[in-house]
Amino acid sequence: MTKKGTIRYICATNIRELCLFGLILLLAFGVNVRSGGSFLTAGNLNAMFVDIAILTILTMGMMSVIITGGIDLSVGSTMALAGMVSTSILRDSIHAQGIGIHPIWVILIAICVGLLAGLVNGILITVLNVMPIITTLGTMSIFRGITHLVSDGRWVLQQDMTTEFLAVATENRLLGINNLIWIALVVFVINFYFLGYSRTGRKIYAIGNSEESAAISGINTKRITALTYIVTGGMAGLAGVLFVARFAAAQSETALGYELFVIAACVLGGVSIAGGTGKVHGAVLGAILFGMLNNALPMLRISPFWQEAIRGLIILGSILINALVVRRANRKVIERRVAA
Amino acid sequence: MSLKSGGAVTVQADSPVSAHRSLQNERSFSARRFILQWEWLLLLLFIVVNVINASISPNYLVFDNLMHAFMVFSDRAILVFPMMMIILMGDIDISIASTMALSAVVMGVSYNVGLPMIPAIVLALMVGTTCGLFNGVLLAKFKELSPIIVTLVGMILFRGIASIMLENRAAGDFPSWFRNLGWGYVGRVPIVFIFIIVQALVFGYMIHFTEFGRNLYAIGNNETAAKYSGVKTDKIRTIVFMTMGLFAAISGIFLASRMGSVRPSMALGYEMDVIAMVVLGGVSNLGGKGRLIGVVIATFIVGFLRFGLGIANVPSQVIMIIVGALLIVAVIIPNIKATLYGSKWHKTIIKKRKGN
Repeated sequence: MTKKGTIRYICATNIRELCLFGLILLLAFGVNVRSGGSFLTAGNLNAMFVDIAILTILTMGMMSVIITGGIDLSVGSTMALAGMVSTSILRDSIHAQGIGIHPIWVILIAICVGLLAGLVNGILITVLNVMPIITTLGTMSIFRGITHLVSDGRWVLQQDMTTEFLAVATENRLLGINNLIWIALVVFVINFYFLGYSRTGRKIYAIGNSEESAAISGINTKRITALTYIVTGGMAGLAGVLFVARFAAAQSETALGYELFVIAACVLGGVSIAGGTGKVHGAVLGAILFGMLNNALPMLRISPFWQEAIRGLIILGSILINALVVRRANRKVIERRVAA
Repeated sequence: MSLKSGGAVTVQADSPVSAHRSLQNERSFSARRFILQWEWLLLLLFIVVNVINASISPNYLVFDNLMHAFMVFSDRAILVFPMMMIILMGDIDISIASTMALSAVVMGVSYNVGLPMIPAIVLALMVGTTCGLFNGVLLAKFKELSPIIVTLVGMILFRGIASIMLENRAAGDFPSWFRNLGWGYVGRVPIVFIFIIVQALVFGYMIHFTEFGRNLYAIGNNETAAKYSGVKTDKIRTIVFMTMGLFAAISGIFLASRMGSVRPSMALGYEMDVIAMVVLGGVSNLGGKGRLIGVVIATFIVGFLRFGLGIANVPSQVIMIIVGALLIVAVIIPNIKATLYGSKWHKTIIKKRKGN
């Protein structure tokens, strides 16, 4: 038997993540060779990881929802809503006082908007017993519609934002690494502790494995489930404002279809849609793999019209391989028990 | 001797010799249950929508205008009935809009390459059915994958293939008779209206009066039980998803005929409208519950609502909010009703499904 805490134990329990990590390295070097060495440069990696950072923040929220056995299709719309509301307030403050509010307020407003959106989802799902997919399908279009109403059909453009706000996503680098990457790293570390080691985090896994057993064991399943949607909303709010800061424009079509990227990143990272399984570092690797594909496909001069289908094929391949691996593992367990 | 199993089979105690059994498979008529039917609420909503529309525009309640309104949402109405079958089984299909786009694009491209129109249409129907087959086989072979994730892959993949074929161009220049498919009339009734009436009758018969249809309810209520009762669940699931694909192709063809051209970005977001119509029609998204008549009324409600809001110059984003809210409210009301009137069955189903 391998002892807990040894390197061998860690390798044995994280075999899937190690494979994923190997695949990412392999892909990175492959793409680097094919693109003539322009992939693994500091500049490109920094730009790529900024995109991955936004995806990672969303994945961290979404994975807790998926672990409970739910799904949140409204994150893209929440991002647009939070980005639009916060930057509209920034613009109005510039027009009213001549000097914009501090970027930290903009980010906090966005997070609050996201939390509110998540609260709406959470109440609908836990208090009113509406299925997650129906709820978030509905709120997906409701939040998007509200974004349009808030914006009045106009965009918030670069001249409506303060340079301090734009600097959040572009400059202020610590160790030459972009702020967004640092933010994503902090979110990852907190989530790693929260889901893996905190009491509430373990309750989330318990609910995903069997809500009934969790309820019987004395877990307030409704409160915890609602919490996952609220946290996801907050993360979407944060990601939305960072997205707006990065692209220097907020509009009602911001992050359209982003929820599919996030779900795909979770699935690539080994978070099972059935609920109950999924590791935080696995999900991050999933986000990195997916973000890398988005960055590498144009670098390999693959026509943009091919990219969607390739993405679909890769998601398909990964979920099928994952299903087969899990089946094999389950069969092995049964065989071992029969032999013993 | 009295033997009771769940109140279904009763051996009458006072006739011991014949042991007369009455298999109670018909529920007795209850006035309360009759009045509390979801369909009455839908009918009321339908009338309200029409009254509002008529008060906004004086020309609304003219036969030709209503027929035109119907044409506008006909391509969604075609998708509603097969989607109802899928939701009855407790599944969901979010790839339908992409299937529409792919089959219409295949039709347009193959026609522009030189294939005659009729074979091009047949090809499109085959492509749509194949898309459905893809979803169905994946779901049948990989039981651990949920319909959401499988059809999500389909959603990305099918539209991706369409955009490989046509990039960002459009294909069109269809023969003039093809345009009549979507815009044509028989007398004063649009062709597509007749098509949907026939479709509704056929699907109504299939869902409510055939063994196949009853099996859908059985799968939706309890798939394991259905399977052990001899229902070929995999086969039925594959057939239903293929039907969905076929009708998505038909809908794509009608849409192409009305628009006059096809492009990979066509029919974006249709899946949400269609699911909203079905769920509003009283089909439980937990599976196993719902009637076709409710779905028909709900289709007309959403269709006329969109048309009326369009007349009133309501921006499309506000319509998005209203349809989204309608979708959620449609699920909340039966839940509240279940809590108030204590439908025990419904409560346990909710509990059980959330436990999964």
